[in-house]
This record gives sequence, structure tokens and C-alpha cells, in this order.
Amino acid sequence: MTSLSFDIAHLLAGGLVLVSFMMLYQDRLSALINVYALHALVLTLSVAWQAQVQHAPHLYVTAAIALGFKAVVIPLVLHRIVRRLGIHRDIETVVGIGPTMLAGMGLVALSMVVILRITPEADPLAREDLSFALSVLLLGLLVMVTRRNAVSQVIGFMSLENGLILAATGARGMPLVVEISVAFSIVIAFIVIGIFLFRIRERFDTVDVGALDSFRGERR
Amino acid sequence: MDLIRALLIQGLQMAVVLLLAPLLTGFVRKIKARLTRRQGASVIQPYRDLIRLLRKEAVLADNASWLFRVVPYLVFASTWVAAALVPTFGGGLLFSWTADLIAIIALLGFGRFFLALAGMDIGTSFGGIGSSREMMIASLAEPAMLLTVFSLALVAGSTQLSTVAALMSSPEVGLRVSLGMALVALIMVAIAENARIPVDNPATHLELTMVHEAMVLEYSGRHLAMIEFASSLKLVLYLSLIGCIFIPWGIAAPGAGLVDYLIGAVAYVAKIAVGAVLLAVFETSIAKMRVFRVPDFLGAALMLGLLGTLLLFVSRSL
Amino acid sequence: MATIDVSFFLWGVAGLLIVAVAAVALGRSAAASNLVYTATFVLSAAMLVMLGLHLISAPGTVLKTTLPIGLPWIGASFKLDSLSALFLGVVNFGGAMASLYGLGYGRHEEAPHRVLPFFAAFLACMNLVVLADDAFAFLLSWEFMSLASWALVVSHHRSQASLRAGFIYLVMASFGTLSLLLAFGLLAGPAGGYGFDTIRDMPHGPMVVAIVFVLMLLGAGSKAGLVPLHVWLPLAHPAAPSHVSALMSGVMTKVAIYGFIRVVFDLLGEPAWWSSAVLIMLGGITAALGILYALMETDLKRLLACSTIENIGVIFVSLGLALAFRSGGMGLAAALAFTAALFHILNHSVFKSLLFFGAGAVINATGERDMEKLGGLIHRMPYTSFAFLIGCVAISALPPLNGFVSEWLTFQAILQSPELPQWGLKIIVPAVGGLLALSAALAAACFVRAFGITFLGRARSDVAAKAGEVDRFSLLAMFVLAALCLAAGILPGFVIDGLAPVTHAFVGGSLPSQAHLPWLTIAPIAETRSSYNGLLVFLFIAIAGWGAAFAVHNFASRRVRRSAAWDCGFPDPRPQTQYSASSFAQPVRRVFGSLVFRARETVDMPPPGDLRAARLTIEVRDLAWDWIYTPISVGIAFAAVRLNRLQFLTIRQYLSLVFLALVTLLLVLALWT
Repeated sequence: MTSLSFDIAHLLAGGLVLVSFMMLYQDRLSALINVYALHALVLTLSVAWQAQVQHAPHLYVTAAIALGFKAVVIPLVLHRIVRRLGIHRDIETVVGIGPTMLAGMGLVALSMVVILRITPEADPLAREDLSFALSVLLLGLLVMVTRRNAVSQVIGFMSLENGLILAATGARGMPLVVEISVAFSIVIAFIVIGIFLFRIRERFDTVDVGALDSFRGERR
Repeated sequence: MDLIRALLIQGLQMAVVLLLAPLLTGFVRKIKARLTRRQGASVIQPYRDLIRLLRKEAVLADNASWLFRVVPYLVFASTWVAAALVPTFGGGLLFSWTADLIAIIALLGFGRFFLALAGMDIGTSFGGIGSSREMMIASLAEPAMLLTVFSLALVAGSTQLSTVAALMSSPEVGLRVSLGMALVALIMVAIAENARIPVDNPATHLELTMVHEAMVLEYSGRHLAMIEFASSLKLVLYLSLIGCIFIPWGIAAPGAGLVDYLIGAVAYVAKIAVGAVLLAVFETSIAKMRVFRVPDFLGAALMLGLLGTLLLFVSRSL
Repeated sequence: MATIDVSFFLWGVAGLLIVAVAAVALGRSAAASNLVYTATFVLSAAMLVMLGLHLISAPGTVLKTTLPIGLPWIGASFKLDSLSALFLGVVNFGGAMASLYGLGYGRHEEAPHRVLPFFAAFLACMNLVVLADDAFAFLLSWEFMSLASWALVVSHHRSQASLRAGFIYLVMASFGTLSLLLAFGLLAGPAGGYGFDTIRDMPHGPMVVAIVFVLMLLGAGSKAGLVPLHVWLPLAHPAAPSHVSALMSGVMTKVAIYGFIRVVFDLLGEPAWWSSAVLIMLGGITAALGILYALMETDLKRLLACSTIENIGVIFVSLGLALAFRSGGMGLAAALAFTAALFHILNHSVFKSLLFFGAGAVINATGERDMEKLGGLIHRMPYTSFAFLIGCVAISALPPLNGFVSEWLTFQAILQSPELPQWGLKIIVPAVGGLLALSAALAAACFVRAFGITFLGRARSDVAAKAGEVDRFSLLAMFVLAALCLAAGILPGFVIDGLAPVTHAFVGGSLPSQAHLPWLTIAPIAETRSSYNGLLVFLFIAIAGWGAAFAVHNFASRRVRRSAAWDCGFPDPRPQTQYSASSFAQPVRRVFGSLVFRARETVDMPPPGDLRAARLTIEVRDLAWDWIYTPISVGIAFAAVRLNRLQFLTIRQYLSLVFLALVTLLLVLALWT
């Protein structure tokens, strides 16, 4: 592999981590959705570049799915949901932005140390992709645990899935069937959560998941 | 002969930054005015302002100490020295080894330290609020800047600006996401350090929203002129810094001929002008943030710097 | 001229001890203060001169001697090598300056008989610690150093705060000595070789090395003020008279670091790589937390003591880097990091003494330590304020003064870290670099606050408004230190070259010689990599500033008019409307406080019509107390109540306890492999 193609792959994968960080930084719901669209776009580019480099045409399909679904359809739907719920202006974070970003840095460092230590003889691109993918995954989880709003939790969940796709494209030879099934299950999960959201909203007049805790009598 | 030429180029560089600084400020103001559909003052208005201020008598508060009168010159001198050490149109300046990038940042810190002291000298509440907020912003901007320097130094293997510039213009650097992050972080720091929107507003007259201007509220006459001059110099410095690190093309190599230097000068002016236009567009399209939103903004710059450094570690060790 | 040997310095120490005894005899007599400080000054200065002569006449030689005192058949051995020489210089220079300052400052002492004997003894013990060449002499002098400084801390024993500070200090010091005792016990091994040479030659297993490292971290770290063992420091250092505070902050913490370097870099062999990671992380955390504590303080001397914690953190980061580079086989980088540490040790001893002297001068002139009651002293105390300003610039790591050079060297060492083999270190070091940059910037904020509130603005109380300049001895001591700050800042190459023998001996490499680089530049690795020239930076700033002032004054305008402050048209004559120390810290408190200190601000705003004053209460907590010390003290109290029952047993029960203990020990012996 030439150094330029490696550099571009590095750039795109690193960009994905960067966009994950932007997600941590956003404090408006609609901005968060836009960043998620950007996340998906960077993922698309990254996957397409991998398809080009690895001469793996089936990855183009993955890229197309990512572009169509994640970068366009899902953000549009989310925007609609948010507007219908009337919460497009607010977001509550459980922890402040500073500590969250710090924790994010720690997670990135952790995933790098782990991946680079356990895969010393793998292909450099795959190693790097894996470490970035693990970072994106952990950052997605972090978004989920630091936000209380159900919509932003959904976005965290979706970005986590983007990390999985990145890992899958980096590790050559993951069959298309598996990818499609992963994508499909994510869509199902998305629909389920979407329905769930409206149910919560109907019952509690809010999408703050804290309301569920108090309903179960767990809040003090 | 070589020494004379080197001295000449160094002297020219010092003169260029000095003369260009007010023009740049005027240019940014003009573009901002045009963007908001105003006619705006002429681009040479800052020169007129400076001369007018220099000629006026200085009004000092009754309890101003000697420090208050010395600080404007110290701030001006340290900023000028720092700006003179950043390669603009030609690399390999005679004194470029005097201070590397870390020392240049520290020189700016020196100026800020004294300016913050001067803000507290009269004992007014506005001066104090300006000083304390300026130091708070600086305490976050400086580490972000240093982490950016770390990533640059990892790529270039040096903190010496001329070496960094020479290496960055060579093709072996390639595309690196860390450099992109460093660039964004550096721009964020530059915005904060130069008291531009969205961190601070250089044109505000609402005292409670301002940081830098509140600090220098008691200055007048020639002292104010020196301080204004120093802030224009700082803007030139940061634009030159971004130019020489991230768009180093056109900088004349040490010992180059006259034509190379001319090309370097044209390229430099073009870079600065583009930077100024971008700054003006950015400033007109964004609102000023609350003071306690600034730490998040600069914290993001800090994280970008750190993330860039970490990513470099990864890509280098493969 | 006769060659100098260790006994000269031991005679000097003996002289100091005699002065201490004489001071007891002199008691409260009026001349005591002058006599004692003159004597300690002469002795310290003489030892400095001898040290200088030794270093010039016989560089690189190691001097040894054994005295027939101490443990029978072993005696007490003393040695002067390059490291001891460096720290001997720090101790005696600090001692000489403190004595000089004391000549003026000591006159205001209410109870000189409580200070003078211990002052001389304290100096003597610190000298002995750095000269000691066996574990016994080292520990004994270390313990006496702690005791003498404890006596100085409680010398103003009437105040409750001093007593509490003294108690906490005593507990921490005993804990530290206990750790050191265990460390040396492990180092000496079953054969019981207490001489440093024997320990050095003995192979130590990895387990022993690890335990000794941790024990040294506890023992020396508690003396130096490493977080979380720092809690005593902001209480004890300020409680002593100011020149003693300067000695404790500027010199005694360095003696603690000497002990750490001596054991970890010299006696212990090669610690595992994780120990350097621990050191670097602890150092970074200490630096950042220390300066944040300092920013929250309103007491000038406590602020200075807290900033000592920060500087200790910076030194420990460099030491950790040196350890990591050394075990990674990178001689040049190790030398760079070690030089940075030693340079910062020198710098900190100079400017921290200067700042404590300045604080002492302020206390002498006003009787106030609380910054909220000071202000405007630049008009009343011009010389003191100038010297204090130099110290503030130096400690804020700003060019062209000395603090910047060592900070710069530390950053250059951090930039070498990508070559390290361990992944953990590669990730930790840049993060700690960010922490160091943060603490350097916060230090600037902290000292803008310290100087701005104390010396600038308008007087916040009557005593501040009526203050006067201090005596000449104090000023002389301050100006000598300020001149040194500048000299070391603009001519760092000579200092680095002077440190080369130490780095060569302890990390096995040294930086290329700096003094003959053109224009006295320093370039630790290579000039294309990084270089800094303090002299030219200083000259450029001076010329540009003076030239600008000259041009403006001659070609534009030099007229000045005095008038009331502008303050946006609403000047308020009451000094209470100025920004105070607490309000200056508010932005930083809001940004970092809720995370680091659990800072809480509560506003009590009476409703309209109510004449009650509004109140803003700030609560700042030290989490080290909450998370470590309170649980420990609760645990101890609990255990004490439980164990109290053992005092009321019958004879038979006591006997059975002894019996059980004996059987248990025998069992351990039987099961020991």
C-alpha cells in the first residue's frame, strides 16, 4: 500500500474519532443530529476509500448504505422526531463538558494501548482502524451514559454502530451478509427505540430517561 | 557579506511586521464593515488612530504607579520580539534560534502577565474583572497551544520554527489528521488570544462583556497607542504562525536570491490577506459566547491538541 | 593551599551546632539575634566558599571521611560527591541568605529564644543529611532536621493554628521517617550493611526494589509535599517566621528530593518502568493541584507554600522522565530531563526564598498576611515590590528569567518521549505535558493575583496605607536573590554546564557543553531541534522597549496629566470596590473548582426592604482530606477505642497474648520458605 493511501485512510479514520468528540461537545439536540450526519458521512468516505484500496467492491455497497441511511434518512427522521417532540432546543448533560471530554481522551488512549498491544503483527492499517474503531465505540457509549435525553442516547447508540462498521471494514474479509444483518438489526433497534420514545413521551410528558427511574421509585 | 545580508533580512522582517500590523487590523475591520453592509473606515484608519493617540497627552489616574507607565512598552517590546522571530517571507532568519516556538509562546505570556498586572494597578473593578478573566482564558489557551506544539514537534522533530516550516513544505509530511487537528486547535487558540469573537469582542463598549478592553480601560494617549499596536502585532504574529506552519509554500529558503524573497513577500501578503478575510467572515457569522462558555471552547482546543498528539503516537509506531 | 576535605564541612556543621547551644545560653538577651544570625551567615558563607574552592581546585573528586561517633564499630561516614556538592550549595546558599535576611527581620521577633537555637540547628542538620554516607547518619540527621523545623513551626505557639500545624507536621514527619527507616532496612538486607557503598554494590531483587521505591515515594514525598501527602505543607511552612518558611520551602523540600535521588537513582539500581510512570503521573497531578490550591488561598504565605507543591510536582515529573529515559537506554534524553530537574531545584530554591522574604517584608511592614487587607504597597515599599515582582515573573516561568529555562528544558525532555519503548509512558507523558503547561499558565494567573492584590491597587486597610519600606539587610538579601534569578535566566548555559558532572554520574550521560555556543545560546540536543537564548531575548526586549519609549517620548508626546481614575465614569473611592483576591480567583474557581475542590457558592440575598447585608459564602474542600485523611483518622479513632480494652486485662490474659504472639512468630518462621 502506498503511503498516500495509508495517509488518507488514517485521515478519515482519525476524522471519525474527531467527529465523535464533536458529538461530546455539542449541547444542542439539532446540532447533535447534524454532527451525527457528519459522522456517517466521514464513515462513508472511509469505507469507500477502503473499498478502493482493498479492491473490495462489496464495501461500496456498505458505503452506499451508510450514506443513504445514516447520513440522510436517519438524521432527517430524527430532526422530525425532535421537532414533533418540541425539544430541538434543549439537551441536558449529566456531567459537564470538560470532564466528559477528559474521560473521552482517557478512553481513546485506553483503546489505543489495548489494540496496539494485543495485535503486534497485524497489518498496520487494520491495527489503526481497529484502535480508532474501538475509540469510536467507547465514545458512543460515553455519549449514551452522559446524556439523559433519550434522543441523544439513540444518537450515541448509532455512532457506536458506526464504530463497528469501521472495525468491520478494517478487518478484511467480513462478508457482506454479516454487515447487512448488522445494519438491519440496527435499523430494527432504531425503529423500536423510536416507538419507545413516543411511548415514553405519551406517558411522562418528557423524554428524559430520569423520569423512568422515578417511575420505578429509584430516584431519591 | 552574508552576515550583512542576514542582518538586513532580519531587520526587514522586524520592519515588515511592525508596518503591516495596523494595516491588517484596518483590513479586517473594513471587511467586517462591508460584510455587514456598512461603508466602514478606511483601511489606513488604524495608522491615523495610532498617530493621533501618540500625540495626545497621557492621562494617568492619581494612584497609578511606575509599573502602569512601563507596562505598555514592555508589552509592545515582547510582542514585537516574538513577532519578529516568526518566519514571514523568508526562512532562516539571523536570530531565529534565539527562541523556539515554546519560547515565543512564553514571550506572549510575558506580555499578558504585565498587562494583567497593569489592569489591577489603579484598583478599579473593571480592571480587575478584565485581568482575572484574561488570566483564566490564558490558563486554558496556553496548554492547548503547547499541545499543538507537541504534535508539530512530533511531526517535524523540532520546535524550531524555521526547521518546522522547511519540513512542512517538503512532500514527506503527507496528509495527517493530527495536523488538521493541530490547525483547528491553533485557530481556536488564536481567536482566544487575540480577543476575537466569539471569545471576546474587540469593538465592544459594553463593559461587562469585555475582557481585554476592560483590562486596558484606564490607558490613554501614547500608552494606549502602544497597547493597541501590540494587539495588532499579536494578530499578525498568529496569522504568520499559521501561515508558516500550515501553508509554508513560498517562504524563501535561507540564502535565496532576490526573486525568491519577492515571491516570498507576495505569498506572505496573500496568506495574511486570506487569513484576514476568513477571520472577518467567521467573526460576522458567529455570536459572542458567554464568558463561562469559553472554557468549553478552549477545552475543546486542548482536547484536539491532545488527541492529535495521541494519534501521532499511533501512526508513528506502526 | 591545602586540599579541602569533608572535615572542613563537618567543622562548619559543628560550628552551627555550637551556635545553637550558644543561642540557648544567650536566651532573651538583646544582642542574641544579631550575634546568632551573623554567626550562621558567616558559617554558611564560609562553607559555600570552601565548596566553591573544592569544585574549582579538584573537580570530580569524591571526598570521604568516617567519624568515630554513632553506631559502635561502624561510626558515621560522610561523603562529598557531585550530587552532595550541589545540594550542599543549595543548603548553604539558602542558609546564608536566610541569615542575612534574619539580621533585619529577626529584630521584630517577639520570642527570639524560641527561634534562634533551632534555626542554627536546622541548618546544621540539613548539611548533615546531604553529607551522610550511611543509612544511620542519614536517618538520624533527617529526623533531627524534622524536629528542628517542627520546633520552628511551633515557635509562635500561642496561636492555635500554629499548634495544629505543628501537630500535623509532626505526624507526617514521623510517618515519613518510618517509611525511610523501612526502606533502608530493606536496602541493608539481612546482612545489615548500612554504608551507602555496601548498599550500592548489593544486588536487590525486583520485589525489594519496588517496595523501596514506594517507601521512598512515601518518605521523601511526604517531606517534599507530593500530593496526596502535601496536606501538612500549607499549614506548617507559613506558621514559621518568614525566613524559616523560606528555608523550609526553598531548601528543606530540596533536601527531601536529595534523599529521593540518592536512593532511587544511586543506591537502588534499576527500578521497573512502571515506577517512572507513577512518578510522572504523581508529579503532573501534584503540579496542577498545587497551583490550584495556591489560587484559592488568600493568605500570602500559604499561597507561596501551595505554589511550592506545584514546583515539587514539576521537579518530580522531570525526575520521572530521567528515570524512564535512563531505563530505556537514552542517555542524552535522560541527561536532559535530569538537568531540567536539577535546574528547577536551583531555581525554585532561589525564587521561593525571594518570595517568602518579600512576604516577610510585607508582614513586617503591615502585620498582615491576609491579601484581602493589603494593596497599594508598590507606593509604600518600592524596593520590596520590585524584588517581589522579579520573583513573581521568575516563578511564573516567563522569559527571560530562570523559571522559564527549567520549564523549557522540561518540555524539551517531554518532546523526547516518543522514542520510549513502553506504550503506557508514550501516552502518559504528553498528557502530563499538557498538565504541566496548564500549571505553568495557572502559576502566571496565581502570581498576577498575588502581586496585583498585595502590591497594586489601593490600600484595603489602614495598616497597608501606612506601611513603610523594610530594613536594608532584608532588601539586600532580596536583591541578591533577584539578581540571581536574572543571571540564571539570561546565562543558563553556565548553569547547565555546572550540572553536567552530576548528570554524568547519576544518569550516565550529559548534555553537550553549552557555554561556548555562539551568543551563549542553549541547545540541549541540537540547534536545529530546539534552542533558546535568554541573553538575546532579554536584550531584545530591553532594546525594543527602551527604543519605543525613547522614540515616543522624543518624537510624539511626553506630557502627562494626573486625574481621577476613569473606571467608565463611575469611579468609586471606597477601596472595597476593587477586585479582591477571592474575586480574582472566581473564574478559575468556577472552571476547575467544582471538579477539584467541590467548590460551592451560596448566595444569601435578603428580600427588598430587609436591611440585612447580602452574603456570598464560598466553600472549598481539599479532597485529600475528605478521601484519605478523614477516613484514616476515623479508622484510627475506632481502632483506639477497640484496643483500649487491652489495657484492662488480667495478668493471665496478658501472658496468653505474649504466648500467642510468640507462637505466631514461630509459625511464620516455620512456614517461611
